[in-house]
Amino acid sequence: MLFFSHTLAGIILIALTAYVLLGGADFGGGVWDLLADGPRKMRQRELIARAIGPVWEANHVWLILAMVLLFTCFPRAFARIAIALHIPLTLMLIGIVLRGSAFVFQTYGGGGGRVFAIASLLTPVLLGMCVAAVAAADIGQAAGIPGGTFYAVYVAPWLTSFTLAVGLFTLTCFAFLAAVYLTLETRDAELQADFRLRAIGTGVWVLLMAGLALAVAPHRNVVDHRMAALVGIAAVIAFWSLWQRRYRLARIAAAAEVALILWGWGVAQYPYMLPPDLTIAGAAAPLRTLELSLGVLALGALVLFPSLFYLFKVFKSRN
Amino acid sequence: MSDLLAARSQMAVSLAFHIIFAIVGIAMPVLMVIAEHRWHKTRDSVYLELAKRWARGTAILFAVGAVSGTVLSFELGLLWPRFMELAGPLIGMPFSLEGFAFFTEAIFLGVYLYGWDKVSPRAHLVAGILVAVSGAASGIFVVIANAWMNTPTGYAVVDGIMRAVDPIAALRTPAAFPQALHMTIAAYAATGLGVAGIHALLLLKNRTNPFNRAALTIGLLVGAPAAILQPISGDIAARYVARRQPAKLAAMEAVYTTQAGAPLKIFPGIQIPYALSLLAFHDPKAVVKGLDSIPQDEHPNVGLVHFSFNVMVALGTYMAIVSLWAGWLLVRKRDLVPRRRLLMALVIAAPCGFIATEAGWMVTELGRQPWIIYGVMKTADAVTPMPGLVVPFTAITLLYCVLGAVVGWLLYRQIIRSPQV
Repeated sequence: MLFFSHTLAGIILIALTAYVLLGGADFGGGVWDLLADGPRKMRQRELIARAIGPVWEANHVWLILAMVLLFTCFPRAFARIAIALHIPLTLMLIGIVLRGSAFVFQTYGGGGGRVFAIASLLTPVLLGMCVAAVAAADIGQAAGIPGGTFYAVYVAPWLTSFTLAVGLFTLTCFAFLAAVYLTLETRDAELQADFRLRAIGTGVWVLLMAGLALAVAPHRNVVDHRMAALVGIAAVIAFWSLWQRRYRLARIAAAAEVALILWGWGVAQYPYMLPPDLTIAGAAAPLRTLELSLGVLALGALVLFPSLFYLFKVFKSRN
Repeated sequence: MSDLLAARSQMAVSLAFHIIFAIVGIAMPVLMVIAEHRWHKTRDSVYLELAKRWARGTAILFAVGAVSGTVLSFELGLLWPRFMELAGPLIGMPFSLEGFAFFTEAIFLGVYLYGWDKVSPRAHLVAGILVAVSGAASGIFVVIANAWMNTPTGYAVVDGIMRAVDPIAALRTPAAFPQALHMTIAAYAATGLGVAGIHALLLLKNRTNPFNRAALTIGLLVGAPAAILQPISGDIAARYVARRQPAKLAAMEAVYTTQAGAPLKIFPGIQIPYALSLLAFHDPKAVVKGLDSIPQDEHPNVGLVHFSFNVMVALGTYMAIVSLWAGWLLVRKRDLVPRRRLLMALVIAAPCGFIATEAGWMVTELGRQPWIIYGVMKTADAVTPMPGLVVPFTAITLLYCVLGAVVGWLLYRQIIRSPQV
């Protein structure tokens, strides 16, 4: 039982990591679309659209997979999150709808470029706020208040200085990933230089925002300290390789940096799924469901990974 | 507006919006693939142009379908957390399977849309086929999850509390086959005749455009057989409802009193004796349970369910008749294009499948009320405790109104305006 529930919780974190590293970068692309600037403004926007176009829908499915696994395998945690975070999740959904549709409208000549860019800005902030509310152990407490006011139960858990800081931190992480990846999406040296500078700049912002988030954190245990050290190492490698224009290495280091931040959060709150009281085992569905879910995942992976490999080989192999 | 009604309305708006994009996402890839295959065979550039235009339309509709589907997967929890807490472990299986089918669909649609000059022609066609297959699979898995709400299986009641025991039994719920069959055929019928109707309209204006002529034929090729088969799957679905959900059948047919040899009410005042018993049980003497056999507080909204059912049946019948007409002419190798009356009948049929699908979902969802899990959990007990649900309902409704308008305008620009051939 413990093996199955912990493995599945790990897989949900992996799916969330894949969403952040792939889908997050697509949102980051929207940020750079908004901030496109200088003599190569239009070329920057074209590059972003070309990089996102073939892959964003597949990248988006990681979020759905994480959500489906959460409600299948950890229904109690899902119900609690859905109640306490109703408002930011609904806002995030509106952001997801506007970003996706505006992007495809823009692609097919319907305008909507500003909507695409602004939705790309707001959605990651809301995603970060939701994660922060879980990490801050506020959802568990809110659910425990009987007859609390509307504000105390449905707003206070996710609207704090900490959640806002993590929301902005998430946004800078996504923009950072996008800038790093975009250096490899073009052979145009000028565009590469544009995004190299942006990558270095946002890399600094990532560290500043991380510091801010930790400074206002409600408790010390939002990120595991050993993992934080690894994040630091990855950040140094990312900066060094960007400086040296070794973009492939930079891409690996940047992805590792952001993945380790997520895993740092996961390790810090282990064995809790919704701290301070709901453990992974305590939130888990019956064993039979967990076994079958793992089976479905194994089968699904057999189909998914070759297909994903093919998709990225067709569209990203030059890089 | 009460919170429960707001939550139900938000779910209804979200489903009604998504379902259009979902069925187009299931069936359009089939049309694209047929057009592309014909291009490979004939090298007639009209087919290539058709495949590319349809692909652009599919791209727009699929993207909106993907994001509105995401909204639904979250809304299940945001609006009905108690339901998901209970049902998640049982209906999570089809949703997980759907997740992978959707992954496959998104991946190969990316290859299809952006890979015209990046992969071989054969690989491109295979990508299109994979989109069509995984799109149908996605739809079937989601319908199975809904079917479980109508005929819940795979659980045990312990100390008065429902507990999940067997997700495989839940997957094999009795409503799964009739519902999935009826819905999948509906997708092909609605989309195929929708496309055929649009191009019939354009042919009425300009009969010589080969682009519209080819599009009409392929639309009919997919839509007409589906529309002709749909009454059979409807019969299968209705007979299962008669046995498993008597309250729903009673509401569909507005049967107030239990009776043997029940008549079928077609219009107010017009009825065919014994026909309902015959249709529902294939036995003219069979007893049809009326609403009098069901406790008052478990009645669905009879007026709405009965009306929606009649709309669905009427439109479905019309589509089947027009399809038989066109199919008869095609089988005898007659040219459809000069036949003004047939083209006009097809134009009228274009929106029918979509309206019938919406009406069908009204029947199955409203007909299940007041239950969210039939016989197990009431919808009122599943709703989120958060007050003020009218606010998200309004926001989602406005959002979808704007999106719907933009999509309509874009599609008009992308596919409806025919190229100068």
